Amino acid sequence: MEALFAIALGVLTASGVYLLLRARTFPVVMGLTLISYAVNLFLFAMGRLQTGAAAVIGKSAEHVDPVPQALVLTAIVIGFAMTAFVVVLSLRSLGELKNDHVDGREPRP
Amino acid sequence: MNHALILPVLLPMFAGSLLLLGARLGMPATRRLSLLSVGLQVAVSAWLLVQAGDGQVQVYALGDWRPPFGIVLMFDRLSALMLFITALLALFSLLYATRGDDTRGSNFHALFQFQLMGINGAFLTGDLFNLFVFFEILLIASYSLLLHGGGPERAKAGLHYVVLNLVGSSFFLIALGVLFGIAGTLNMADLAVKVSEASADQAPLLGAAGMLLLVVFGLKAAFLPLYFWLPRTYASATAPVAALFAIMTKVGIYSILRVYTLIYGAEAGSLANMALDWLWPLALLTLAVGVIGALAATSLQELIAYLVIVSVGTLLAGIAIGTPEALSASLYYLIHTTWATGALFLLADLIARQRGVKGGLLLQGPALLQPHVLGALFFIGAIAVVGLPPLSGFLGKVLLLHALQPGPQAVLLWPVILIGSLGSLIAFSRAGSTLFWRTGLTVLGSAERDGKGLLACVGLLLLSPLLVAFAHPVLEYLEATAAQLHDLDLYRQILTPGGAA
Repeated sequence: MEALFAIALGVLTASGVYLLLRARTFPVVMGLTLISYAVNLFLFAMGRLQTGAAAVIGKSAEHVDPVPQALVLTAIVIGFAMTAFVVVLSLRSLGELKNDHVDGREPRP
Repeated sequence: MNHALILPVLLPMFAGSLLLLGARLGMPATRRLSLLSVGLQVAVSAWLLVQAGDGQVQVYALGDWRPPFGIVLMFDRLSALMLFITALLALFSLLYATRGDDTRGSNFHALFQFQLMGINGAFLTGDLFNLFVFFEILLIASYSLLLHGGGPERAKAGLHYVVLNLVGSSFFLIALGVLFGIAGTLNMADLAVKVSEASADQAPLLGAAGMLLLVVFGLKAAFLPLYFWLPRTYASATAPVAALFAIMTKVGIYSILRVYTLIYGAEAGSLANMALDWLWPLALLTLAVGVIGALAATSLQELIAYLVIVSVGTLLAGIAIGTPEALSASLYYLIHTTWATGALFLLADLIARQRGVKGGLLLQGPALLQPHVLGALFFIGAIAVVGLPPLSGFLGKVLLLHALQPGPQAVLLWPVILIGSLGSLIAFSRAGSTLFWRTGLTVLGSAERDGKGLLACVGLLLLSPLLVAFAHPVLEYLEATAAQLHDLDLYRQILTPGGAA
């Protein structure tokens, strides 16, 4: 399970970084979203991967650490807010600068 | 438990929320509420500054969950000092904003308060995850404040700033995940204990997390490979916002200081002082690059933004030397540079508004309406920032150079700082002669006198001579601060029941 999880995180991050480097606002936003997914999953896995274990002591044979779940929840909420903001900002810069390049002008060919 | 500790977070939070609810209050009432909140913050932080003088590390356990299990605010001399610097800077920036900049977009005052809440929280928190949360609060407020006023220049700079900081936040979370996965805690004092007891197979991962944190804080503090966002961002922000942003790089510096003295400090076993070897060359390079940027700047705002980078380099050099003397000198320089660059950003705007479309561009322009007043202020501000006697920049640099023992470090730092100061002086002289002497004969009809703005700018500049006049008590406080930062047992005490006030 750990290997599969790690590969999934790696693929998510690599795709995110690739999109981030496309230097157009929409791919950049998508890239940031993918990276934040990867980061949230990573944070979640820091309580170690287990199946069928509750986050309450005594409910199941083993219990998992509830703190990473609380942390990841906070991170998700903040990530949503930031994504919403960056989408609005991209639209604003598209309107103001008349193109979607992150530098505000088309690169010289 | 001292409930006053949480006031610097609660005050701006409630003021900001009230301002959002009362969006239809009308400008005069909004301004009064905002000024009242910042005024109270100045009073509270001054009182806390006095309280911190007893040398204790105080803890405010939220919900009375004892550390390391609950979330805590940790309050020492350094926190008190940073809170006080922020509150005073905010007061003058806000005064300047109330003369008209706050009407150029909506919700300026609410955002300003939330920005202060984030900054104050970052200075107070004793928990790394909460440091992340407060970073995000101050960042999201700063994104909106940066865009305040609109325009393509701000949208472009804003996009870079936001995307870079979002990537930075991802790094921050990865570092926190690794730290929590290994150590099982995010309380700074508890982490310090866990890192010092780390086994040989845990240490490399903890070190990697520490280096990731350095990247994140470096992005905030804007040192060498990570500063490229800063000049354009600061140059395009509205003047009161740019002035408030003078504290933002210091949030990064504060975090570096906190994490690499407490968690990865002298007692961190194999990871002891691991950041200092990296910080030293980066600091010198940052200083050099900042000066080159200042010499090449095309507008006054950009010039001041590059001097922010120079000041970051100087501060980091002081931290990297690592001795208490260098640290207290650095802190003195930190106080000076925050207020002085804030004042210069305000002054740049006063000058730019008397030059019409030329703004702050360093080109021949129309004659200024108040050349003597603004020229005198520019002269004083430049002397303070460059570091010529008799103002506080000079004292800060002398203290820093004096803190070095003769040796290889001194051989490197002395010429970099002295030649850097000369470079800044040349940049300022060129800018000043263009702005005040290479002018046309007529004054623009649109130029206006701005008594209130001038007052805010003069108030902030006056803090520089005051800092020199009261150098003795200030330095005594700072030396105690540096000593306290290196006394790690004091911080570990907060983990034992009843061990902290």
